[in-house]
Amino acid sequence: MAATGAIDSGGRPGASGWDSLRRFWRRRPGLRALVLLSPALIILLMMMVAPLLLTVALSFATQNGFQIDRTPTLANYAMLFSPEGNLYRILIVKSLWVSFTATVAVVVLAYPMAYYLAFRVHRRKLLWIILITVPFWTSYLLRVFAWKVILGFNGAINSGLIWTGVIDKPLEFLLYNPTAVTITLAHAWAAYAILPIYVSLEKIDRSLLEAATDLGDGPLRRFLRITLPLSLPGTIAATLLVFIPTVGDYLTPSLVGGTSGIMVGNSIATLYGKANNGPMGAALSIAMMLAITLVVCAFLVLIGPKRLRRQAG
Amino acid sequence: MSDVMISIQDVTKAFGPVRAVDRVSFEIERGEFFSLLGPSGCGKTTLLRMLAGFEIPTGGEIYIDGLPMSAVAPNHRPTNMVFQSYAIFPHLNVRDNIGYGLARLKLPKAELNATIDRALDLIKLSGYGDRMASQLSGGQRQRVALARALVCRPKVLLLDEPLGALDKKLREEMQLELRQIQREVGITFVFVTHDQEEALTMSDRIAVMSKGQVLQIDSAAALYEQPNCREVAEFIGTMNVFEGRLLGVQGGIARVDAGPAGELLAPVNGAENLAPGAQVSVAVRPEKLEIAASRPANGNAITGRRLAEAYLGDRSHYYVGAEGISKPIAAAAQNRRRALTADAPGETVWVHWPVEAGVLLER
Amino acid sequence: MHSKAISRLLTAFALAYLAFLYIPVLLLPLFSFNDNIYITFPLKGFTLKWYEAMVAAQPLIDSLVASVQVGFAVSVVSTVIGMLAAMGLTRYQFPGKGLITSTIMLPLVIPYIILGISLLSLARQVLDIDLSLWTIVAAHVLVCVPLSMLVLIARMEGFDKSLEEASLDLGEGAWRTFWRVTFPLAVPGIVSSFLLCFSTSFDEFVLAFFLSGNQPTLPIYMYSLLRFPAKVAGALALASCILMGSIILIVFAEWYRRRGIQSQQEGLI
Repeated sequence: MAATGAIDSGGRPGASGWDSLRRFWRRRPGLRALVLLSPALIILLMMMVAPLLLTVALSFATQNGFQIDRTPTLANYAMLFSPEGNLYRILIVKSLWVSFTATVAVVVLAYPMAYYLAFRVHRRKLLWIILITVPFWTSYLLRVFAWKVILGFNGAINSGLIWTGVIDKPLEFLLYNPTAVTITLAHAWAAYAILPIYVSLEKIDRSLLEAATDLGDGPLRRFLRITLPLSLPGTIAATLLVFIPTVGDYLTPSLVGGTSGIMVGNSIATLYGKANNGPMGAALSIAMMLAITLVVCAFLVLIGPKRLRRQAG
Repeated sequence: MSDVMISIQDVTKAFGPVRAVDRVSFEIERGEFFSLLGPSGCGKTTLLRMLAGFEIPTGGEIYIDGLPMSAVAPNHRPTNMVFQSYAIFPHLNVRDNIGYGLARLKLPKAELNATIDRALDLIKLSGYGDRMASQLSGGQRQRVALARALVCRPKVLLLDEPLGALDKKLREEMQLELRQIQREVGITFVFVTHDQEEALTMSDRIAVMSKGQVLQIDSAAALYEQPNCREVAEFIGTMNVFEGRLLGVQGGIARVDAGPAGELLAPVNGAENLAPGAQVSVAVRPEKLEIAASRPANGNAITGRRLAEAYLGDRSHYYVGAEGISKPIAAAAQNRRRALTADAPGETVWVHWPVEAGVLLER
Repeated sequence: MHSKAISRLLTAFALAYLAFLYIPVLLLPLFSFNDNIYITFPLKGFTLKWYEAMVAAQPLIDSLVASVQVGFAVSVVSTVIGMLAAMGLTRYQFPGKGLITSTIMLPLVIPYIILGISLLSLARQVLDIDLSLWTIVAAHVLVCVPLSMLVLIARMEGFDKSLEEASLDLGEGAWRTFWRVTFPLAVPGIVSSFLLCFSTSFDEFVLAFFLSGNQPTLPIYMYSLLRFPAKVAGALALASCILMGSIILIVFAEWYRRRGIQSQQEGLI
């Protein structure tokens, strides 16, 4: 074993070329790391960065019929801010609102569940965690579908209520409106909120709670003064984890939203598809992403970055 | 065949602005048990890893058995390493772990098995061949790591604080075993540790390192009795240090004005180029001190009050607080004769030592 | 007394919450055995006819096969890429590591609708390639690589870095070190990554919807059924099968992952 390398580096003349190459490679661990990361980075570049740039570029074009005119123009964005663009603005606001209410519902309901799991379950934690995780992985499509089945005119709720005699005509307001979308979202995204909150609660040092009790706090005060603030990072994570994707959701509004419940995602898809106005769709996409970013930033500023850093540290 | 196995020439390793190893040069001889000793962060592990090939020197060159190593990858070097965490492969059993480095050689099965059996004998784990890592204790894993490295017949065995995780008794056992194995097998060992007792016990020579530089390389006895600087003196064992000003040198003996400790004499070795007025220290080991009721005629003496003593079973430490000196003076003696405990704490005594027992150091 | 009442309340809430999570979804299998084309109460009678029809429907079989093919391809590609990236991130130190990690995770926060449409533009207008199962594979790989990387980083950080150094030290080159040490120890992570990517791709609708050509995947096929009330019942049998299959897969994956963690904790590190 000793022989090979020693001979290679010391003996042969002209071995210096390979040697210096080898030395170069050995001296640059950063280079080796880059080579390992390159497939992932290439995928990212080609399939995320490039397409998004394309969309941004497209938003500055205009389309008439099937022809796309690529001369750069702010027409689409102007449209969004003009009186004609009122519909789009309302749509964005409506989507933000639906997401917001769904997110609040999700987080408010998930918190006690996560609390229970972190503090009250002692023996079969794994079982509970699996029970909570399973819906997390089953098909999103199925979860939305289930609500379509439940809320429909002839669906489970209506037929159940009629069958048991509570009402004699089916309720019409259950399906195909923004409320249906909100309820469905609140159910479909539930599991996404539980896990971050649970992890955050689980990490709280139990001796802090004992110290608080020792210093005179009753359970409610202790919860408000210690548990809640310390679980804030996880709760905020859960909020963002649910809010950000649901604003642009396509599937749920299309299945249970009907005409009154459509959201930005559906409109974007229509613009690209049936309405043959890709550039407008692109502009709307960009506008939506900016809107989401603004709201998230405002939210984080409201929470107070200093407080966040204190909690995290 | 020259006597020098490893030659480290002006080697530096920088991580950004920080120099973990700073222009280090020395040689390690064939068949030596050589230790790198120092506090954490001194660069000893970095230096070891450069010998193994896991770090590349930013400057300088390392030669092993006469050949430069900068272009040689770790798997081609004539070295093998025993890692601090042992790094026993969890998915292989003991036999497969030990035979890991031999797999490439495609030896005939009988020979491979015989080699592994011999190795198991050497580390006294015959019969443990089929166990997995999780079934071994820390000490056993350590021995498997050792065997695994040795079967590859390296010219140099590198050991990265291998005994750190073991409890005291086991550690002392392993220290002796390692020394014995090294003598049997005859290969050069380079051993990294922060435990100076360990280094003193096992090594032929020790390099004391601090902040990336080598302070002194010597045998254990020489390091202990003749430290060349204050840092080495205080790192190895305990040392009483009295700071002062050099008054003059006469006949190899220096006169030092040690302030509250009075005037002290110490032999000068190596630090000859000191001019009067230079900041120096006189240092003396606790076991060289004696405590007397009155000032003896010869040697250095300091007066003070007896403080509490520490009883350590085989020996005791006695502490004397002298006026103007912040740190209590420590004297140590075997508990064969209890003569030193005749005085009670609080009594005024004289701590004294013969001039040759002390050492002169630069401040 | 006070805290006992709170405890009981919490327990009741937790159970009610679980019911809330599961009941809507469990209604699907319930009605799939119901002898009624409309999904209404009261239940009419037990029947297997929806299942029989499902098994016989050729388009369903085709889309199922398509989904499995896509899922398999996506899992393999994503796991390989994720593994390489995980090795690059856990075994090396270099500036900008945090930035690169966050960047690779970005696909997880971009709304799929925008990703889908952007990729569609890229495919049709710029590259002028036909939409097919391969375009779906490409899109799914984009969103599965971050997931694969997360799983594998967790696994790779769990075992001792010195193990690979030890292998090098004992004479093996980088390639053999990977096969003899890194890979065997990473297997639980690789299996998890595979399952995770497969189930993500198998269930994914939006990206597939925008990037599919002539061959639909299973979610696309199901979606087409859902838009028509008459066809809903037939979709139920399919939905129930997928549900049960996913549950079994996930429970198995979770059990396998926990086994991996357990063996790590038994001092193997």
